[in-house]
Amino acid sequence: MNVKSIFLASALTMTLMTTGTAMAARDTISIVGSSTVYPFSTAVAEQFGKTGNFKTPKIESTGTGGGFKLFCGGVGVEFPDMTNASRAIKDSEKEKCVANGVKEIVEVKVGYDGIAIANAKTAAPLKLTRKELFMALAKEVPDPAKEGQLIANPYKTWKEINPELPDAAIEVLGPPPTSGTRDAFVEMVMVTGAEEFDFIKAMAKSDKDKFKAVSETVREDGAFIEAGENDNLIVQKLQANPKALGIFGFSFLDQNADKVQGSAIEGEVPTFEAISAGKYPVSRPLFFYVKKAHVDVIPGIKEFVAEFTNEKAWGPEGYLADKGLIPMPDAERKQVAEDVAAMKTL
Amino acid sequence: MNNSKQTVDKAAEKKKPMKPFSVHMNKDLQRRYRAEKWFQRSGIAAIVIALSFLLVLFASIIGSGYTAFRQTFVELDVHFNQDLFKNENIAAADYPAMIKDSLRRTFPEVKERRELKSLYMIVSPGAAFSLQDMIKENPRLIGTQQKVWVPANDDVDMLVKGQMKASEAEDNRRIKDDQLAWIEKLEKDGRLETRFNTTFFTSGDSREPELAGIWGAVKGSFYSLLITFLLSFPIGVAAAVYLEEFAPKNFWTDLIEVNINNLAAVPSIIFGLLGLAIFINFWGLPRSTPLVGGLVLTLMTLPVIIIAGRASLKSVPPSIREAALGIGASKMQMVTHHVLPLAMPGMLTGAIIGMARALGDTAPLLMIGMVAFIVDIPGGFTDAATALPVQIYLWADSAERAFTEKTSAAIIILLVFLICMNAAAVILRKKFETKW
Repeated sequence: MNVKSIFLASALTMTLMTTGTAMAARDTISIVGSSTVYPFSTAVAEQFGKTGNFKTPKIESTGTGGGFKLFCGGVGVEFPDMTNASRAIKDSEKEKCVANGVKEIVEVKVGYDGIAIANAKTAAPLKLTRKELFMALAKEVPDPAKEGQLIANPYKTWKEINPELPDAAIEVLGPPPTSGTRDAFVEMVMVTGAEEFDFIKAMAKSDKDKFKAVSETVREDGAFIEAGENDNLIVQKLQANPKALGIFGFSFLDQNADKVQGSAIEGEVPTFEAISAGKYPVSRPLFFYVKKAHVDVIPGIKEFVAEFTNEKAWGPEGYLADKGLIPMPDAERKQVAEDVAAMKTL
Repeated sequence: MNNSKQTVDKAAEKKKPMKPFSVHMNKDLQRRYRAEKWFQRSGIAAIVIALSFLLVLFASIIGSGYTAFRQTFVELDVHFNQDLFKNENIAAADYPAMIKDSLRRTFPEVKERRELKSLYMIVSPGAAFSLQDMIKENPRLIGTQQKVWVPANDDVDMLVKGQMKASEAEDNRRIKDDQLAWIEKLEKDGRLETRFNTTFFTSGDSREPELAGIWGAVKGSFYSLLITFLLSFPIGVAAAVYLEEFAPKNFWTDLIEVNINNLAAVPSIIFGLLGLAIFINFWGLPRSTPLVGGLVLTLMTLPVIIIAGRASLKSVPPSIREAALGIGASKMQMVTHHVLPLAMPGMLTGAIIGMARALGDTAPLLMIGMVAFIVDIPGGFTDAATALPVQIYLWADSAERAFTEKTSAAIIILLVFLICMNAAAVILRKKFETKW
């Protein structure tokens, strides 16, 4: 009899618990997504929570892809209201969103992030091009002896690629494939570098899969070292090994300017000014996406978006710039702010 | 048989050198002593190596973390200007303007806009919130002038603590030369000092290192572990008692036993995936809450508690059971009156060790959304929360230099909790364990 009543009671509490929470409304904004946008999004959230009349939004760092997966799960309090992304939403993700009833999405571009290819301050600063980086890091490179042929990457030192570069072994520490920074690096450096070779560029039309494989595959013979998602770790390793190069986000370069220096890419050193002027070639836009169906259901979404797109946050003098976000040009900021205020959907 | 004995004898004869018995024995004895010595020495060497690893770990963590317990503060003469409190809502008053105003008055020679901006950077953006709190507590301060100690910016803090060198070239420092001069002046006037960092122990996460604290994470861990303990201990004990004392020994109980042992070895992220699928997606419990975190950690600790519970039940001698049954106790009375109380210290020890493991684990929490930026300190089981190890992970990933020491400090706190729990387990065992 005792056992029976215990079972009954626990079953009852379970059902109560589940129905109770499922029906409860949420009064905290829930944000998921990119770890690159996370430091900026959290800074806005904190400001928003402390100065306004709303609770501080909850922000999970799930990565861009993981964020879209959660965001596109459906409409309702159990799904996040916004997702951060270090790239624009893909068509496949959009389709998935629509299939799950998330039909109206507002895209908000917030600024730029530069990717630095840096080495320790104790070493000489490098001047690189994307073509050289491709030759140093791709798994297969054009055969210097035979036009139009690919061979396994034979380069061991930078000097073999370009006589002006130092005679040091190629050793690059970078993020793993799960990272958005890696995606951006591959897209902006490797692919662009590969396209410098005419026959590889021609491949993009004739054999798309082959082009993808050639331009996006990073060598696996130890010259490129996957150093994990933690950019602080890469900075530490660069200090310990002045011969190595590291790939990480601009904000880490900015914070560690006494320890590491960014290499010039095609003559441009990664600085705040160069990235915001669009001169530094390895920079990418950052976004967040808002579920329009949630806007009037979860309190504070409009206000949060307004806080993010406020000059004192994302402007050149704003607090996000202090955190390492590169602001968009004035005209673009104005345009985005207007679109967002009107909740213009994709 | 006879034959084989002969061959053995022959072989022994061949091997044996013809020497006096005592010499042979001495040599053998020496060899055995030597072997024994080596055996002991290698054991000691293993302990020394393990301890030195531990020492290096502790030294590096404490060495880089102890500075986080102190924080640089700046004294400002704040004028709570009546004009800035026009609004009914005192929370909406322009507190940053008051901070800026007092900084301008401290350094009247700074006029230019750019210079002013770098002057304002000396104090933390959180300074305005401390003014807000002051006024909330005592609205009568409006209109008065007060000396207020506010936290300095994290860069200033790093400079004062010597983690940013003033001797570096200006371009390589986040604190520029003009700021350096102002900081020196403040220091000379006694308006800048380091104090015990209470914020670190009382506040939640923040993007500003000088405002970030672990209290939110500690509370999140506490709520999760409370759920874990309340669920896993009774269930674990009940399961252990049934399996050990009542269950028949057959194929099914063997199967259960194998599975429990297997579960104890399953990587914890699997439990996170299970939690995501069942607790969040199927039951619809809210994400990122200690409730779900506690449930997932329960799954993780249950096998540990069951195994420890069964071991300690096994160590209760059968004579106790027989004596109880012999004087007419029912099986249930035998268990609840005699066996269980005797096995309890061992079971508690197992539970505490299981809980310590749960306290230090992040992987399962990753899947259920507890790896998140949460500023508000959780007040219950269904408020969004993180946990201590998650907070460490998040800070370790932050760009700001000042988070390095915060990370180490949070690790120190976690280690202190773990040491306390494990010490409690040892003390419990020593104090209540019955030797047979």
